[in-house]
Amino acid sequence: MKRTYLGEFEEIVLLLVAGMDGEAYGVGITHKLNEETDRSVRLNQVHAALHRLQEKGMVASRMGDPTPERGGRRKLLFTVTAYGYRTLQDIKAMRAQLWNEVPPTPKLAINL
Amino acid sequence: MSTNPKPSAPRPPHLADHLLAWFVAPHLLETLQGDLHEEFAYQVERVGERRARWRYWRDVLGFVRPYVIKRQPNEYSTPNNSTMLRNYLKVAFRNLVRHKGYSAINIGGLATGMAVAMLIGLWIYDELSFDNYYANYSRIARVIEQQTANGTTFTSNAIAIPLRAALQNEHSSDFTHLALSSWTQEYILANGGNKFTKTGNYVESEFTQMLPLKMVKGSQNGLDDPASILLSESVANALFGTADPINKIIKVNNKQFVKVTGVYEDFPYNTEFRLVTFLLSWQQYLVDQPWVKRSENNWGNNSFQLFVEIAPNTDFERVSAKISKIKARHAKDEARFNPTEILHPMSRWHLYSDWENGVLLRGRIQFVWLFGTIGVFVLLLACINFMNLSTARSEKRAKEVGIRKAVGSLRSQLVNQFFSESFLVVLLALSLSLLLVQLSLPWFNEIADKKTAIPWTNPVLWSICLGLSLLTGFIAGSYPAFYLSSFQPIKVLKGTIRVGRSAATPRKALVVVQFTVSITIIIGTIIVFRQIQHAKDRPVGYDRSGLLTVLMNTPDFYGHYDAIRNELMRTDAAVNMAETSSPTTDLWATDASFNWKGKAHNQIGDFGTVAVTHDYGRTVGWQFKQGRDFSRDFATDSLGIIVNEKAVKFMGFKNPISEYVQWNGKIYSIIGVVKDVVMSSPFEPVKPTVFLLDYDWANLILVKLNPQLSAGEALNRIEPVFRKYNPGSPFDYKFASDEYDQKFRTEERIGQLSTVFAILAIFISCLGLFGLASFTAEQRTKEIGVRKVLGASVFTLWQLLSKDFIILVLISLLIASPLAYYFMNDWLQQYPYRSTISWWIFAATGAGALLITLLTVSFQSIKAALMNPVKSLRSE
Repeated sequence: MKRTYLGEFEEIVLLLVAGMDGEAYGVGITHKLNEETDRSVRLNQVHAALHRLQEKGMVASRMGDPTPERGGRRKLLFTVTAYGYRTLQDIKAMRAQLWNEVPPTPKLAINL
Repeated sequence: MSTNPKPSAPRPPHLADHLLAWFVAPHLLETLQGDLHEEFAYQVERVGERRARWRYWRDVLGFVRPYVIKRQPNEYSTPNNSTMLRNYLKVAFRNLVRHKGYSAINIGGLATGMAVAMLIGLWIYDELSFDNYYANYSRIARVIEQQTANGTTFTSNAIAIPLRAALQNEHSSDFTHLALSSWTQEYILANGGNKFTKTGNYVESEFTQMLPLKMVKGSQNGLDDPASILLSESVANALFGTADPINKIIKVNNKQFVKVTGVYEDFPYNTEFRLVTFLLSWQQYLVDQPWVKRSENNWGNNSFQLFVEIAPNTDFERVSAKISKIKARHAKDEARFNPTEILHPMSRWHLYSDWENGVLLRGRIQFVWLFGTIGVFVLLLACINFMNLSTARSEKRAKEVGIRKAVGSLRSQLVNQFFSESFLVVLLALSLSLLLVQLSLPWFNEIADKKTAIPWTNPVLWSICLGLSLLTGFIAGSYPAFYLSSFQPIKVLKGTIRVGRSAATPRKALVVVQFTVSITIIIGTIIVFRQIQHAKDRPVGYDRSGLLTVLMNTPDFYGHYDAIRNELMRTDAAVNMAETSSPTTDLWATDASFNWKGKAHNQIGDFGTVAVTHDYGRTVGWQFKQGRDFSRDFATDSLGIIVNEKAVKFMGFKNPISEYVQWNGKIYSIIGVVKDVVMSSPFEPVKPTVFLLDYDWANLILVKLNPQLSAGEALNRIEPVFRKYNPGSPFDYKFASDEYDQKFRTEERIGQLSTVFAILAIFISCLGLFGLASFTAEQRTKEIGVRKVLGASVFTLWQLLSKDFIILVLISLLIASPLAYYFMNDWLQQYPYRSTISWWIFAATGAGALLITLLTVSFQSIKAALMNPVKSLRSE
C-alpha cells in the first residue's frame, strides 16, 4: 500500500492538529473547525476522526495538565506524527501537481 | 468562551453524566468528560442553559460507539477459572506420566473395582427388574397353597382346579382376571415335516389379557376357540419362516391339530414365562388329557397353576386374607392339611419365593444382598487403594506445595489442584472400567445366566456412574487437598516438616480393612465350593452314568414296552431299559394317603410315589439293604412295593419285609428296602418314597447305555428304534448325569462368581500393597543405605521392610476369620445336608494370604535391600 487512505474530514482534522502544533484537543479542534470551515461538526465526530487517525499512526496523544475550567480534568492532547505530516505534504504536493495541469481558463460545462 | 466558571455556573445533566461514566471505557473517561463539560460551558454561554443541556444529551449519546465503549486490554493476562483448571490438569497429566508405575496401579486398580461394581450393578438391576416387562406387573399374583402335614408346613405353587370356580363365584369383585395354567412342558410342534420340541403352557384365554400379551399378528383372544394356538415370534419363525402363520394348522405331539390364531412378542429372558414359547387353550387340555378332565372337580389334585389379576381398588394382603380358608370350607377331606391359600404377587416371584415351614425364607434376594455387598466392598477396596497411593505420593509433593505457596498460590487453589488431579484419575478409571465391562459382559452373562447389556442410553446409568466417580474422587482427593494444602511453606522448604510415623497409621488401617474384606470373601468362596463338593460326593444310591431319560410324549409309545425293550437290547447299545413315572433326578408325585400298621393317628402318610417296571432296579442300579427286587417270577409282585430306608424309618418298622401298606384301597406288601436314592435336591434330606409296579402310569423311558460304546455311538444305534416307535417326533433325550449336575447350577454359579470376585478383591488389595511397599522402600532408601554401610545383611533388610506388612495381614486374618465363620455358618444353615466349617480353611486362607503378601512385598523390599549404598547415599 503506497499510502494510507485519508478521508476528506480526516484530512482536515489532521491539518488542524498540525496547525495547532501540539495543543490540539477535542473541543479546541471542533470549535476551530466550525469557525474556519463554516461547517457544523459535533464533538463526537471529531473524536471519532482523531481515534481513526491515531489508529493509522498519523497522530500521537498525550495527557495534558489538569485545567480548572474542566473541573480539574486533563485534556487529551494530539500531535501530528512524522508519518502524518508527510502524508499531509504528499496530499498537498499531489494537489499542486494536479493543479498544474489545470489550464488557466478551463472549459466549463454550460447548463443548457 | 468562559475560562473560569463560577461555582454557581450551570452543571450538565447528572443522568447523562452517569450514563457516560457507565459506558465509557475507564481510560477514556477523564478526557472525554473534560471535553464534554468544556463544550457544555461554552454552549451555555452561546445558546443558553436549556439548549446546552439538550446538546449535552445528544453529544453523550453520540459517543455510544464501539471505540469508546471497548475497554483497554490489560497488559497482564486476566486468568479465569478455566485457565487455572487447564493448568491443574496439565500438572496432573505430567504427574501421571512421570510416575507411570503408580499411575498404572492406581488407575488399573480403580478401574477393576469400578468394573466389578458395575457388573454387579447390572446383575442386581436385572434381578430387580425381573418380570416388570408385563404391563400388569403390580397387580398379577399366583395363588399358592400351604398345607401342614406331620408338623411341617409345605408351600406349593400347585393348586386344584375347583379353586378357580370357588374364587370366581365368591370373590369375583376382587379379581379382574383368573386364569388356570398347566406347567411349562415340552411339546412337539409340527408344521408338516418341520418338527420342533418347544416348551409351552395350556392356559385359559383370560391369561392373554392378564399379562397382557404383546401381539405381533393375530388376536389376543385367539384362544377362545379350543383348537387354537398362539405362537411366540421365535417359534413362528422356526415353524413357518417368512410365511404368514395365521390360520395355518399345526400338529401337537403328533396327536391333535390346532390352528395358529396369533403371534406374540417373545417374553424377554428376565421374565417368569421366558420358557413359554406357545400357548394352547385350556379346553384343549381337558380334551387331550383325560386325567385333567377327571380332576376338574377334585380338590385333592394339586397339579395346576392359577394366576390372578386383582381388581384395581384392592391389594394383595386384603384379598389373601379373604380367600385364605376357601379350600378348607369347600373340601372337607382336605381340611386335615389345613390348606391356606395365599396370593403371591408377581413382584415377589423371582426374589422372594423360598418357603420353609410356611415362612418366607431368604430366596434369591439373599444373593442380591450378597453380591451387592461384595460389589460395594470391592469398590471400597479400590477406593482405599486409590486413597492410600495418592496420600502416600502426595507427601513427596510437600515441596511442591511449599513452592506454590511461596510464589503466591492461595490455599483454595491448592485444594482445587489436588481435587482436579484425583478427578482426572477417577475419570480415566471410569472410562477404562466401562471398556472392561463391555469386554467382559458376554463372559459374565455366561456365568451368571443373564442376558444383560450396558444401557448406554440410560441417563440414570450415567448419573450413577458419574456420581459415584465424583464421590470416589472427592474422598480420595480430600486428604491431599485439605491436609497438604495446610502446610506452612517456610517449614516445608526448610525441610523441618517430617511426615511422621503417625501419618502412616490411617494407611495401615486401610490396608487392614482391605485384607479383611479380601480374606473374608476368599474364605466364603472356599466354603461355598466345599459345600458343593460335599453334596456332589453324597452317595446318590444308584448309578447315573450312561443313564438316558426319554419322555413318552406321544401316544405312539404306549403298549409297546416289550417290543421297544427287545429291540433296544438287540442293538447292543443298551444294557437295559425300564419305564418309570419319575425321572431318577426328580420326584414328580407324592401322595399323603398311605396307611400302615402302627401309624400314629396324627401322622400323615405322605410318601413320594414312583411307578416303575420290572427292569427298573437293574437299569438304575439299585442297592438293596433288605429283601429283593421286583421279579416277573412272582405274580404277586403287582401288589408288592419297594421302599427306601427313609420310608422304613418313617413308618417305624423294625423288620419291614412283608409288612403291609394300604394305599388307594389296595393292600401292598413290602418286598424290598433300597438305599436312599437322591431324587430331588442333593442338599435336602431324602423323602420317604415307595416304588410300585404300574406299566400304565409310567411315562418315561430309562435306557442304560452300554459302557463299552461311546455315548455318541450308542445314541446313533438306539435312535432308529425310537424313530420307529415314535415316528412323529424328534428323538429327545436327557442324560441323568446332566440333569443331576443341573441341581448344582445355582450353587456353582455363586461359587464361580464369588471366585471371580475373590480373585479380583485380592488382586486389587495386592496392587495397593505393592504400591505402598514400593513407596516405603523408596522413602527409606537412605536409611537402608546407612544400614548396609553399617553391616546389615540383605536378609535383615528384607525382614525389616516386610515385617510391617505381614503384621497387617495377620491382623486382618484375625478379624476376617470370625466374620467369615459367622456369615458362612449362617449361609450353610439353609442346607439340611451341609458340610462343616473346619479350621484348615482358615489356616489355608491365612497361609495363602501371607504368601501372596510376602511375594508382593518382597519384590520391592529385596530390590531395595540389594541396592548399592553408594548410589543411595551419594547425594545429600
